[in-house]
Amino acid sequence: MSFSVTEPTKGTKWFAGILVIGYACITLVPLLWIIATGFKSPADSIAYPPVVVFEPTLEGYVNLFTERTRATPDMLEAAGEPDTWYDAIVQERGTVISGPSRYGERFLNSVIIGFGSTFLCMVLGTMAAYAFSRFKVPLKDDLLFFILSTRMMPPIAVAIPIFLMFRNLGLNDTHLGMILLYTAVNLSLSVWLLKGFIDEIPIEYEEAALIDGYTRFQAFYKVVLPQAATGIASTAIFCLIFAWNEYAFAVLLTSGTAQTAPPFIPTIIGTSGKDWPAVAAGATIFLVPVMVFTILLRKHLLRGITFGAVRK
Amino acid sequence: MKKTLFTTAATGAIIASGLATSAMADGHATDLTLCWAAWDPANSLIELSKDFEAQSGHTMNFEFVPWTSFADRMLNELNSGGQLCDLMIGDSQWIGGGAENGHYVKLNDFFDANGISMDDFLPATVTGYAEWPKNTPNYYALPAYADVVGWTYRKDWFERPELQAEFSETYGYDLAAPETLDQLKDIAEFFQGRDIDGTTVYGAAIYTERGSEGITMGVTNALYNFGFEYENPDQPYDLDGFVNSEEAVAGLEFYKELYEVGTPPGSSNWYMGENIDAYRSGQVAMQMNFAFVWPGVEADETVGGGNSGYFPNPAGPAGQFAQLGGQGISVVSYSEKQDAALEYIQWFAQPEIQQRWWDLGGASALRAVVEAPDFATSQPYAQTFLDSMAIVKDFWAEPAYADLLIATQERMHNYVIAGEGTAQEALDGLVRDWIEVFEDEGKL
Amino acid sequence: MTLSPMETAAAKTPDSMAKRIRGLSDRTIAWIFVAPTIFLLLAVNIFPLIWTIRLSFTNFRVNRPNNDVEWVGLRNYERILTDPDVWNTMQATAHFLIWTIALQVLIGFALAYLINKKFKGNDMWTTIIVFPMMLSPAVVGNFWTFLYQPQIGLFNYVVAFFTGADPASFSMIGDVHLAPWAIVIADTWMWTPFVMLICLAGLRSIPDSIYEAAECDRASKWRQFWTITIPMALPFLMLAVLFRGIENFKMFDLVVQLTGGGPGNTTTLTSIDLKREAFEKWRTGYSSAYAVILFVTVFGLASIYVKALNKVKER
Repeated sequence: MSFSVTEPTKGTKWFAGILVIGYACITLVPLLWIIATGFKSPADSIAYPPVVVFEPTLEGYVNLFTERTRATPDMLEAAGEPDTWYDAIVQERGTVISGPSRYGERFLNSVIIGFGSTFLCMVLGTMAAYAFSRFKVPLKDDLLFFILSTRMMPPIAVAIPIFLMFRNLGLNDTHLGMILLYTAVNLSLSVWLLKGFIDEIPIEYEEAALIDGYTRFQAFYKVVLPQAATGIASTAIFCLIFAWNEYAFAVLLTSGTAQTAPPFIPTIIGTSGKDWPAVAAGATIFLVPVMVFTILLRKHLLRGITFGAVRK
Repeated sequence: MKKTLFTTAATGAIIASGLATSAMADGHATDLTLCWAAWDPANSLIELSKDFEAQSGHTMNFEFVPWTSFADRMLNELNSGGQLCDLMIGDSQWIGGGAENGHYVKLNDFFDANGISMDDFLPATVTGYAEWPKNTPNYYALPAYADVVGWTYRKDWFERPELQAEFSETYGYDLAAPETLDQLKDIAEFFQGRDIDGTTVYGAAIYTERGSEGITMGVTNALYNFGFEYENPDQPYDLDGFVNSEEAVAGLEFYKELYEVGTPPGSSNWYMGENIDAYRSGQVAMQMNFAFVWPGVEADETVGGGNSGYFPNPAGPAGQFAQLGGQGISVVSYSEKQDAALEYIQWFAQPEIQQRWWDLGGASALRAVVEAPDFATSQPYAQTFLDSMAIVKDFWAEPAYADLLIATQERMHNYVIAGEGTAQEALDGLVRDWIEVFEDEGKL
Repeated sequence: MTLSPMETAAAKTPDSMAKRIRGLSDRTIAWIFVAPTIFLLLAVNIFPLIWTIRLSFTNFRVNRPNNDVEWVGLRNYERILTDPDVWNTMQATAHFLIWTIALQVLIGFALAYLINKKFKGNDMWTTIIVFPMMLSPAVVGNFWTFLYQPQIGLFNYVVAFFTGADPASFSMIGDVHLAPWAIVIADTWMWTPFVMLICLAGLRSIPDSIYEAAECDRASKWRQFWTITIPMALPFLMLAVLFRGIENFKMFDLVVQLTGGGPGNTTTLTSIDLKREAFEKWRTGYSSAYAVILFVTVFGLASIYVKALNKVKER
């Protein structure tokens, strides 16, 4: 290893490492508490004082996916020996499963709306970014600033007319309405990010393609898009995270059919009172997809988070 | 375009009566959606309704919304003429708006045609859940779930000899379920911060929630019993001097004192769920809550099985009242399946179904069920339930109830929890807010 | 898709077709590419904004569709700007903004600085630190109410363990003095990683050669930090402040789940207050005026700030 004046000393590295790992451990505590709560029994979850060591159970996960009814003795008798392990858990509490819960539906809504809006946002965003990057668009800077400024509006502030507009158009509480809305909110981010990525693709590639007889569309489709693939992927992650976790619009504009998981999770209740293990289980499952993406695309996080301000 | 409310309501009624006669004859299967709050009794209703599905061939769908957003969501649905719900188990306070704005179908003709009599239901529930205007025979709902604020206490703690001895020495009377609000406060104070089996426990969990209706449903239990009135009994909407009377001020001050001397730290935004959690985890000796939690308390591993006792809201200087909860079931006038919806109500009103409803953990308002000789002993809390249902009083059920409630929530919470101003100022402010609402409504 | 006669004709003669498309001027293509984005933003952002401005001069109420709508001029604006409650929420918002930004920049920068020392495994630990910001803010707020419960939550016991205080002696969300700090702590927990990432990007953008040159000049590490690291990373720090500032000015989800704006109105941020006016009291006209005031405030502050940021960048 060559000596460099900018390479920190071993001692510095140790010191920095210990501090950062210390912070990481502290910051993980609430997260681990959420995950652990998902494996507690309802009684353990609200134990006074709180318990750290407990007997793990899947009751929270069973409760998350089922609706249960308190059973009269004759119903329990009629139900007989539990058929499955989850029936056994439920019957232990003197209840029987009356049907599936809404969590699956809400999760599916999150998937449809989250991925739908991300896809649409990528299509529109890439096109606009390409145009801004390659062509002389009149009022380019003003348009770009206009696009950015749409992100500054508090969701509650625009929610009133959007609520009225959606109601008139029949878009209230529909998947399409939410997809359009989230796409619009995310477009500012994606146009800015993607413009940065496309700016970096040498224009010579396209020029060569045009000389070979490609049309502009073909050049865009066959030359620029493959080159911008990483950029598009990392932009998509940020759009997805936003759409996935959004709460304010979801709580105001959706109710029965198109409600996503974030407004739903905090309201999961059990046979009496709040079902904290089920809430925690719901939050944990909901975290897994974004966590996986974060780990996979951690190299691109920096770029995305600075709105494209950081070059490679 | 202005449609008078009256015509809308009247049209609804005519449609309803027309349908009522044809409803039973025409029996093809439909998908019905019933809207209610997401809570324990709702799950019991799913179970109960399986019988209806089997009998009628209709399919029941359920839309359950958490309590904290139930009113927002459902009133929004009704106000926009939505067709999501065919049947609505709406909160008792919605009945005025449901009737005047034509959201609910008037059920009088349907009741007459099918031999359903409101005399068969507990009078308080008929007034509270079904009638509009109050105390007139105009019915927009069938009492579906009888509920009332009452109290749960740790009988196992109350019965400890050493605590009993210490209590009677300090307060000069025996430690038992309180009969007056002052006794309740004594007991809460007695348990506050006490060490029981190695953990610190507190007096009582009471309603303090800010966001929906929590603190209103709690504080009224003190206000009523000290002499608060919603309006001049002789002159509707005359508020000044009744809402903010000296007695009402004393009642509000009592509630704040109870909050300060006898509730667990951090219980500043608590409603039904938080109170149950506190009680089940052994933090408190007493719990204010709607009666719907009682079956769950009785079934609980630690506080159930005889460890808990129940008592109705204790009396105050001006009498004994308790805040009414509960709901009636209505047919939504925007529904295109009103015939099938009425069929459901007809099925639901049958005595054997009502009995089963109680057995499953629902709360029937049918007198044949609750006045049966063995009812009072059927569950440890059954007698308390009956006693409580006899002393109920409800919040405004005006069409503008939501606005009246928001003002109440803000004024009460800011005084009791955040300690802003005095009780007199809070109630004076409430009078101003309410007058403004009624002026907006054109009722003043 | 149906073709117009001209297009059908063009299709029959492939050569001319290709020419025609290639012949589309860049300008036309640019518009075809930009138009959908602009259209969507106009429809979902600008049109509603104009509608909001229009409504803000009326007494319209969504839940009273039968009432006559009257023009009330500037009365809504007057009422809002003279309402002491509104100013209280502004104050609560300012407290929240200033402290979250200060803490997050301080901790975030320190972490980035340490991570940039490139100790073994720094990549993995960076990823771990980032996890909290992947959660849904509503879920985070909801869970922190649970953590803050003096009896059954973890927070008070952890504090008690380190300070020796009685866990029951304080209540983070029940106390009017502590609640504003409760939301600051939860937000800082969640979003410090965000600031950290931006700072890290800034630190990594500083070329090693500058430090090497300073080293040759025998500048102390302390001096290097103040004369190289801070100025070079400043645009990024300012960017972080801008993003967090805009986001926290809009803050709704986390705090509404955490405290619901209470106790009293101590944590009622403007967005929460606005939600109450607009979607609980349904005072649509009034809350539209409120929304316009908020938007103008955030837009104005952000514009001034962006100008300052650009100046720093140019230096």
